[in-house]
Amino acid sequence: MSVLVWVEHDGATVKDATLSTVTAAGKLGDVTLLVAGEGVSGAAEAAAKIAGVTKVLVADDAALAHALAENVAPLIVTLMADHDAFLVPSTTNGKNIAPRVAALLDVMQISDILSVESADTFTRPIYAGNAIATVQSKDAKKVISVRGTAFEKAATEGGSATIEPVSGAADAGVSTYVGSEIAKSERPELTSAKIIVSGGRALQNGENFHALIEPLADKLGAGVGASRAAVDAGYVPNDYQVGQTGKIVAPEVYVAIGISGAIQHLAGMKDSKTIIAINKDEDAPIFQVADIGLVGDLFKIVPELTEKL
Amino acid sequence: MKVLVPVKRVLDYNVKPRVKADGTGIDLANVKMSMNPFDEIAVEEAIRLKEKGVVTEIVVVSIGEPKSQDTLRTALAMGADRAILVTSDTKVEPLGVAKLLKAIADEEQPGLVILGKQAIDDDNNQTGQMLAALTGWGQGTFASKVEVEGDFVTVTREVDGGAETEKLKLPAIVTTDLRLNEPRYASLPNIMKAKSKPLATKTAADFGVDVSPRLTTLKVVEPAKRSAGIKVADVDELVGKLKAMGVAK
Ligand SMILES: Cc1cc2nc3c(=O)[nH]c(=O)nc-3n(C[C@H](O)[C@H](O)[C@H](O)COP(=O)(O)OP(=O)(O)OC[C@H]3O[C@@H](n4cnc5c(N)ncnc54)[C@H](O)[C@@H]3O)c2cc1C
Ligand SMILES: Cc1cc2nc3c(=O)[nH]c(=O)nc-3n(C[C@H](O)[C@H](O)[C@H](O)COP(=O)(O)OP(=O)(O)OC[C@H]3O[C@@H](n4cnc5c(N)ncnc54)[C@H](O)[C@@H]3O)c2cc1C
Repeated sequence: MSVLVWVEHDGATVKDATLSTVTAAGKLGDVTLLVAGEGVSGAAEAAAKIAGVTKVLVADDAALAHALAENVAPLIVTLMADHDAFLVPSTTNGKNIAPRVAALLDVMQISDILSVESADTFTRPIYAGNAIATVQSKDAKKVISVRGTAFEKAATEGGSATIEPVSGAADAGVSTYVGSEIAKSERPELTSAKIIVSGGRALQNGENFHALIEPLADKLGAGVGASRAAVDAGYVPNDYQVGQTGKIVAPEVYVAIGISGAIQHLAGMKDSKTIIAINKDEDAPIFQVADIGLVGDLFKIVPELTEKL
Repeated sequence: MKVLVPVKRVLDYNVKPRVKADGTGIDLANVKMSMNPFDEIAVEEAIRLKEKGVVTEIVVVSIGEPKSQDTLRTALAMGADRAILVTSDTKVEPLGVAKLLKAIADEEQPGLVILGKQAIDDDNNQTGQMLAALTGWGQGTFASKVEVEGDFVTVTREVDGGAETEKLKLPAIVTTDLRLNEPRYASLPNIMKAKSKPLATKTAADFGVDVSPRLTTLKVVEPAKRSAGIKVADVDELVGKLKAMGVAK
């Protein structure tokens, strides 16, 4: 089977989420990557070095800048004449593009797969991960998004794929990119951090969040996450949100501070290797998934913990 | 301008889903069902656009069992003007839902279709993008801000790492993220009034659209359970554990 993978990149480098998708693609067949965008030669070269990749297609065109789904999807549909499956990482870009491709191919997408059981059978979470469905696709071509935490990352070195330019990109004329506000942070990205420290509503305000959660995260070299309640209340920006409708993470260690453990939050972190919870309510649901729990007031515990580390 | 808002009836987000013992799905007998939370946000956004004078009519659509009527009535009570229920005896997947919505959009000619970014049961996050593909319209997914001006809609989107803004030509598709707005509750008088608002019932066959499923669910199981953890007494013990794990020095 020939598999086309859409590469999440920033022009110069390939994002980690792509690497797990390559692993999933490798379970299906021969892997070709598509690096689409404007000024992407750096990313294309990085993509060609990923282990297990046969070919890298490079579509460099102004219409493909900013990954506008309206312009990217038709190009992918053309390329799919030569491929049997199309895979994207479950990033916001991947989620935006894949269903548009699927509908144009008249294919029912399989979202957020956790495993490849066979060429047409996959497992995926439903109901915020409270159930795992095994689904089989009857479509001739498969369109699939891949949950990054469910697959090992392919090695970024060792591959020597051929690089081939592709043309035919066009502006569909229905959308334009206006601008973006991407938060710059020195901390590890949530979806690739080994340790994550997350804060919840209990922090009460943004000042407390910064004064308590961030120093602890810095001590541990951790990424910083949050519950929806903390994001909605404006303590931190939306891209900190972990959960069913935020980021799905599975770090080595997840520290939940002042987070109750609603199913929507658990959906985003319960596959973490070790979960540590700090909560003043000993009956908080978070303790049902925590490996290590500490009951008490975070305003006392967190400064003491940061101090003692 | 007319707005179309598809709304889905789902297991209430406060209810813990239970996997059926025979592994065929989730037990939905005698449990509370509600409007998908993202769709409440979509209905609210349409109402706000109407209050601003941008929108003249809000049509809500649901595809599902006859009971999806309740969900449509909720939307009407919030402030939608008219409802369409499309019943189907078989499971309709996002691709089928998108095809039915395309047929309805052809009839209704809306300027905007506002959907939820995902339904909290199947968690597919597909329908809006698929409808955009079938109509050829622009798609403003995961919206946290929607501004209509002239022939365009400007959508701020929640993306990995922050926010992104796109300008789309109307008609267009918008899918809602959590922070777009806070949906209102329907007042009792409005709930009463909603009972007399028009609700048309159709079947998938009326649209001549093939909605037969492409995926077969072979089984549904509970995820692996985490084994019970331990409680530590104080910070020193926690620090000890972190050191033992090699997380702290
Ligand atoms: C459609 C939908 C999607 C959603 N998606 C997400 C999502 O992706 N991610 C997400 O996180 N949520 C999501 N939610 C929201 C979710 O249901 C919860 O409301 C949210 O996770 C609660 O956040 P919290 O735990 O910070 O707040 P709370 O539930 O209020 O918990 C605060 C906790 O802090 C503890 N506490 C208070 N004071 C202290 C103190 N001084 N010291 C120690 N502990 C203290 C309390 O005991 C409590 O357990 C979603 C909801 C809906 C409807
Ligand atoms: C009689 C019947 C029985 C069904 N039984 C099952 C079953 O047992 N298991 C199963 O997995 N699925 C079943 N379905 C299909 C399921 O209800 C969904 O319609 C479909 O899978 C869409 O997936 P999603 O909600 O995750 O899509 P998403 O793409 O996540 O939905 C995004 C948005 O699209 C819109 N939308 C999606 N579906 C509908 C809809 N039906 N009506 C109006 N707007 C909608 C909403 O605005 C929603 O927020 C059944 C459907 C019918 C009609």
